[in-house]
Amino acid sequence: MIDGFLALYIFMLAAFTGYEIIARVPVILHTPLMSGSNFVHGIVLVGAMIALGRADTPFEIAIGFIGVLLGAGNAAGGYVVTERMLEMFKSSKPGAGKEAK
Amino acid sequence: MNWLPDFIGHGAIKACYFIAALLFILGLKRMSSPRTARGGIVWAGYGMLLAVLATFFLPDMHNRGLIVAAVLIGVSAAWWTGRRVAMTAMPQMVALYNGMGGGAAAAIGAVELIGYARGLGMLHAVPDTSPLRPEAWAVNALPPALSPVELTLGVLGALIGAVSFSGSLVAFAKLQGWMDRRFVFAGQRAVNMLLLAAAVVAGFMLVLGQASLPLILVFFALALLFGLMMTLPIGGADMPVVISLYNAFTGLAVSFEGFVLGNEAMIIAGMVVGAAGTLLTQLMAKAMNRSIGNVLFGSFGAAGGEAQ
Repeated sequence: MIDGFLALYIFMLAAFTGYEIIARVPVILHTPLMSGSNFVHGIVLVGAMIALGRADTPFEIAIGFIGVLLGAGNAAGGYVVTERMLEMFKSSKPGAGKEAK
Repeated sequence: MNWLPDFIGHGAIKACYFIAALLFILGLKRMSSPRTARGGIVWAGYGMLLAVLATFFLPDMHNRGLIVAAVLIGVSAAWWTGRRVAMTAMPQMVALYNGMGGGAAAAIGAVELIGYARGLGMLHAVPDTSPLRPEAWAVNALPPALSPVELTLGVLGALIGAVSFSGSLVAFAKLQGWMDRRFVFAGQRAVNMLLLAAAVVAGFMLVLGQASLPLILVFFALALLFGLMMTLPIGGADMPVVISLYNAFTGLAVSFEGFVLGNEAMIIAGMVVGAAGTLLTQLMAKAMNRSIGNVLFGSFGAAGGEAQ
């Protein structure tokens, strides 16, 4: 487990990182960036997998299963929606028909 | 040298989480500039893939079949809806997926809290657990005991996650047009504050060692109800700001639950989103010439006219 104060440092540095990343973002990118950060917290899927992996009683397993379902929805849905939004920012190079796979 | 494969395996999984966290930050950085924005989501996507794959190799995991099934169902359902939905419906889809993330964070908190309460019950059931007899503890320590800090952050993350879950679902329903009337009554703010206070009190009781299944259920019911009631009076025009706020909430909840699980990738990714989302919410509110407080609480009285 992580020591409390070490975690506090990680919290602080990560918060500054998040703040600095967004600090000079143009207005047209507000919504895609919201969607992109929505995808990034889809990492909750990993936590839900660990929680379900630790669950023992049927009740805990049921809640953990729902958690993994929701987390997977967050990650996959967040990715698809963000990718579709950002497709509109395709650089104006020729050959715009190529589809990202 | 029996420990060596485990040691290397453990290090490899931690390294995967580290690379994932790095890719998330670099991806978000690229997403904040129009020129590189498209590549950014791909970088973050590889980070997610790596973290999820690494998690399958964690030792001491039960229910692997269930995990695979839930991941496959969740991913394919969300992928399918996300692909099919019309471009104009994107904001409510973000709200929906964000609510799912909040719900997942709350579910993690619930599993950990219920396991913790079960551990307390087992300790009470067996009075002969003298600290001098470690083997007695070993039997009872089956569900991992939580330290006070872990317990506090776990409860806090569950509260924020549950609020984000029910609030985001209301935001989704409103933007989808399923709920086109604002729900306003006299004294609403007082009722909402009472709900929040009750949820916080229940959370405190959990932290102070009163953890039991009924209390945990009451705690989650109050948190979910508060998220619902807080979002109902907000008009559709303000929804993007509210969704962004709940996005930041979910990030925070994920970060706190990451601490409980000892997962660094969750702590970092969650907190980065929590901070970025908070700033983004302020920027969006400013672009609409409103303050966040105005959006959340100005729904009746002075600001009643502007949000249809």
